[in-house]
Amino acid sequence: MKQILDLTVNGRPYEVAVRPGAMLLDVLRDELQLTGTKRGCELGDCGACTVLVDGRAVNSCLMLALEAQGRQVTTVEGVASGNGLHPIQQALVEAGAIQCGFCTPGMVVRAKALVDANPQPTDDEIRAALSGNLCRCTGYAKIIEAVKSAALYLQAKQPAKLQFATQRSAAHLSIVGKRLPKPDAPAKATGRATYTDDIALPNMIYGKLLLSPVPHANIKSIDTSKAEALAGVHVVMTGADVPDLTYGTSPARYDENVLAKDKVRYVGDVVAAVAAVDEETCYKALSLIDVEYEELPAVFDAHSAMKEGAPRLFDQKYENNINTRVDHHFGDVEKGFAEADYVREATFVGNRAYQNPIEPHCAIAEWDTHGKVTLYTSTQVVHYVHHQLSRVLGMPLGNIRVIMHHTGGGFGSKAATNPLEIISILLSKKAGRPVKMRFSRAEMYLYGRGRHKQHIELKIGVKKDGTITAVKHKAVLEGGAYSSFGVVTVYYAGSMIPTLYKIPNYKYDGYRVNTNLPPCGAMRGHGCPHPRFAFESLLSMIAEDIGMDPIDIRLKNAMEPETRTCNDLDIHSCEFKACLEQVREASGWDKKKGKLPPGRGIGIGCGGFVSGAGYPIYRSQFPHSNAMIKIEEDGSKAVLFTGEADIGQGSNTVLAQMAAEAMGITLDRVDVVSADSDTTPLGFGAYSSRVTLMGGNAAKMAGEEVKKQVLHAAAKLLEIPEEKLDARANQVFAKDQPEKSIPWNEAATAFFAENGPLVGKGHYSPPKGLGGKYKGAAVGTSPAYSFSAAVCEVEVDMETGKVKVLNFWDAHDCGTAINPLAVEGQVQGAVVMGLSETLLENEVFDSSGTIVNADLHNYLMATSMDSPIIDCSLVDSYEPEGPFGAKEVGEGATLPVLGAIANAVADAVGVRIQDLPITPEKVLNGLKSRGPTLAANSGQGTHGRSRVSSTPAS
Amino acid sequence: MASRRRKPAGKAQISLVVNGEPTEVAFSPHKTLLEVLREDLGLTGTKHGCELGECGTCTVLLDGQPVLSCLALALACDGKRVETVEGMARGAVLHPLQETFADLGAAQCGYCTPGFLLVAKALLEENPSPTRDQIKQALAGNLCRCTGYLKIYEAVELAAARMQGEEAEAKEETLYGRR
Repeated sequence: MKQILDLTVNGRPYEVAVRPGAMLLDVLRDELQLTGTKRGCELGDCGACTVLVDGRAVNSCLMLALEAQGRQVTTVEGVASGNGLHPIQQALVEAGAIQCGFCTPGMVVRAKALVDANPQPTDDEIRAALSGNLCRCTGYAKIIEAVKSAALYLQAKQPAKLQFATQRSAAHLSIVGKRLPKPDAPAKATGRATYTDDIALPNMIYGKLLLSPVPHANIKSIDTSKAEALAGVHVVMTGADVPDLTYGTSPARYDENVLAKDKVRYVGDVVAAVAAVDEETCYKALSLIDVEYEELPAVFDAHSAMKEGAPRLFDQKYENNINTRVDHHFGDVEKGFAEADYVREATFVGNRAYQNPIEPHCAIAEWDTHGKVTLYTSTQVVHYVHHQLSRVLGMPLGNIRVIMHHTGGGFGSKAATNPLEIISILLSKKAGRPVKMRFSRAEMYLYGRGRHKQHIELKIGVKKDGTITAVKHKAVLEGGAYSSFGVVTVYYAGSMIPTLYKIPNYKYDGYRVNTNLPPCGAMRGHGCPHPRFAFESLLSMIAEDIGMDPIDIRLKNAMEPETRTCNDLDIHSCEFKACLEQVREASGWDKKKGKLPPGRGIGIGCGGFVSGAGYPIYRSQFPHSNAMIKIEEDGSKAVLFTGEADIGQGSNTVLAQMAAEAMGITLDRVDVVSADSDTTPLGFGAYSSRVTLMGGNAAKMAGEEVKKQVLHAAAKLLEIPEEKLDARANQVFAKDQPEKSIPWNEAATAFFAENGPLVGKGHYSPPKGLGGKYKGAAVGTSPAYSFSAAVCEVEVDMETGKVKVLNFWDAHDCGTAINPLAVEGQVQGAVVMGLSETLLENEVFDSSGTIVNADLHNYLMATSMDSPIIDCSLVDSYEPEGPFGAKEVGEGATLPVLGAIANAVADAVGVRIQDLPITPEKVLNGLKSRGPTLAANSGQGTHGRSRVSSTPAS
Repeated sequence: MASRRRKPAGKAQISLVVNGEPTEVAFSPHKTLLEVLREDLGLTGTKHGCELGECGTCTVLLDGQPVLSCLALALACDGKRVETVEGMARGAVLHPLQETFADLGAAQCGYCTPGFLLVAKALLEENPSPTRDQIKQALAGNLCRCTGYLKIYEAVELAAARMQGEEAEAKEETLYGRR
């Protein structure tokens, strides 16, 4: 029986009938339609649901709605008055402190509670106040900075204006290269931005999945009769009701069923689905489905899985559960090692990290009466989902519309078609009603697709002067039950090693192995962070052994522009050496290295990444990025249509900047429509750090086409030949007589009046023929590569073994930074995510393959308290293949972090941790023995046996 | 179950069965059934047309009988069964009336359509083979500004025939609007 609840929200009295068990969050969102307050974890861990109750910040997911009886509640929608922004919101927008925006409402409210109580908070007080609010995008740096500025604004003071140097390649540009706040940030700061779960369609019902409780079993029978009989249940579906086609990410390895047909392969595998009037009824119905499992032996670690006679996940498909095997040899490593003066090899183990975007996955499907379905989904890749749905459902693309509103972060977890997307469509079709499905936080972990845990054996040979002569690399990747992106992951793990340093001889043995655990996929840096961690660690170990400075050995071997690597990847622009010099100077390296007090240490790590994959993961004859621009008839606005997805990284902003620059108008005159398969042209989406370069080239080309037509019209009006005209800052003018000009919109209007719609289109495909001819040569190819170097300073608590990262200096060669404010945001976010992975994160499973920390309090993630002071620099660089000289930053910035921290810890306490994460326990054990250590890995009982042997060559 | 609970000067709370689903809802006591359906239950298929009981676009079935939901106090509906246009289809299968309205072009702007469908449904449940005059009579309280009504009558006739089990198809003169 519902009860009446009286409360005041944002000054307005409400009376609402609520179930006694309803949480305040549910009532705010579902009953009062105040969807600015977000549902992140529903366990009080993430803080996205923070509201003020009688002025005090609370997690509304933990407060019973009835407890708010008679209270005053303030949500993000009530922080500002009218159409303006509260100073906190204003400061967050200006600072670039809003990326995906999903944590922003909670941050705004939490910060308001802080400054209301303490108008002049110190940095430490701000960090402490925000420490219950998780952000996965920004690394907290800009949020902390914004709260400081807001406190000043509230005292009618102004923060100091900082001066920023412009990159040489952007000096002549007016919109590109500028530090511009994102146009969508105010909507995110005020709770107006709609994410998929904020959409409520009329007559909508809900869907949920039944997940396997056993790691490996044949399904003998499923009885759904009791579930079907439950009041409020509309549809119950099992494997018998779904298409027989398997699907997945990599066409060579489509091995997932929409719902299990006859077998489950891990705890969390999808068995059945239910649609009902609400989620509570769905869960009740799921508990009434009887599944008879015939359990099979299971295997949870890669090395056991590869043994002869181990249980097979797929009977014949993958020999010894080896899902993908890579055998690459470039040059001659044995000859290379023979030429070396010093050879060292070591073993490293990565960790199973999960992307954990603050927004859980959500999808809503709705059919029209003509057989067309619209899917709203939280995804990074609208058009990939579109194509995969077309394949699985056997429907033409035109009968499927996929729309992404705002997406609350992805980091790879939303880079493929997921069960919610397919099953919501199937349930909705049968129910004749819109169906919403969302993952709980625990279900997100069970869906998986996080970072593969890698077991790495690495051997490097160098000359006396540090020159690398050969590298031998073996990686065993724990893949989980299905392929997902894993085929590509195991290739990337090897192929990116020769891109950063000149390596003449390289051998890579890669194994991606199936186990009865949630499938692993592509996470920021896709396959590369663990091998890069291993390489950067071993290179510093070797430098120390041969008495060389770790930065010097990197400079000695650093990649140079216009180089073809030993594995046939073409590097064009490359300012890696400049990055190394930059961080050496900024960090005061020469004054600190080896000279810091005990417990303090400094380390260097480096990285680089592709600016988009040279070949798409599904075979496609189409350009990778496409764009259209339509100009309003009065010339006042350009609307850019792009298929790329802004998942918080700011792609809509940078694409608009590039289009504006190309057209000769200002950013406020460009609106963006993105990520809607009906209205926007094909774009492969936000993965492999591709959007700035590929989407940018398409947007620039479309803008140039518009400009050409505007100049054509202006030529007539000004009676000056077209080729003597140019456009900039909303004016068309004669290049040699700038005073002869007309407003851009007048020329655009004149064009439309005479010719009809003023539109431009653009497209981009990577250069043809990238890469070598060997098997797997496609993975690692890209039009351009980024480079970065990072120095990290840590303090290690000798009593507890806890590592605190104090300072981080990063220099990135991303070519021309289209928006340096956004680039900093990417770097800071990557540094803190990388730090979090290095020191804290690890999925842990029990002996039956069930994850035991599928939440945000036992799976540790960095908070504002862990965020170091981060100094970001850009180096001067220009990439000829990139739009205005730009290349990637988002994923590459993760890569240097792991090694830099490990090296700094080794410098601080002489303990080298070679298996991630670097926990206090491992450091403490290392301190006790003061030697190289490989603590037993937590969780799965996979053992990284220490094989740290230094072998001086004769 | 259907006991009415009221707090003085506060909201009223009632139980309804809406399109087969039991629902409890709280609202200001002055609200009409139309407002509660649209605003509190999110069922926007039922339309606001005139709010004076003149146009019929807000028609719903209350315990099977057509009522103008803009004139019905929600408070008076406690414990009743309400059927709106959203409840007419069975899963993904359209009601025969919805099918014939679509096939014959009986819906143009579509704003009056939900009301017409429900009145016609009530009619056919009471009188499975109505004459043209009976149809006109039954639909007389529902205004349509687009179609001129002709195709609506034809759609109701065709649906009636199909619901009687006939394999009826639209006649050619119907498709071309000739009579």
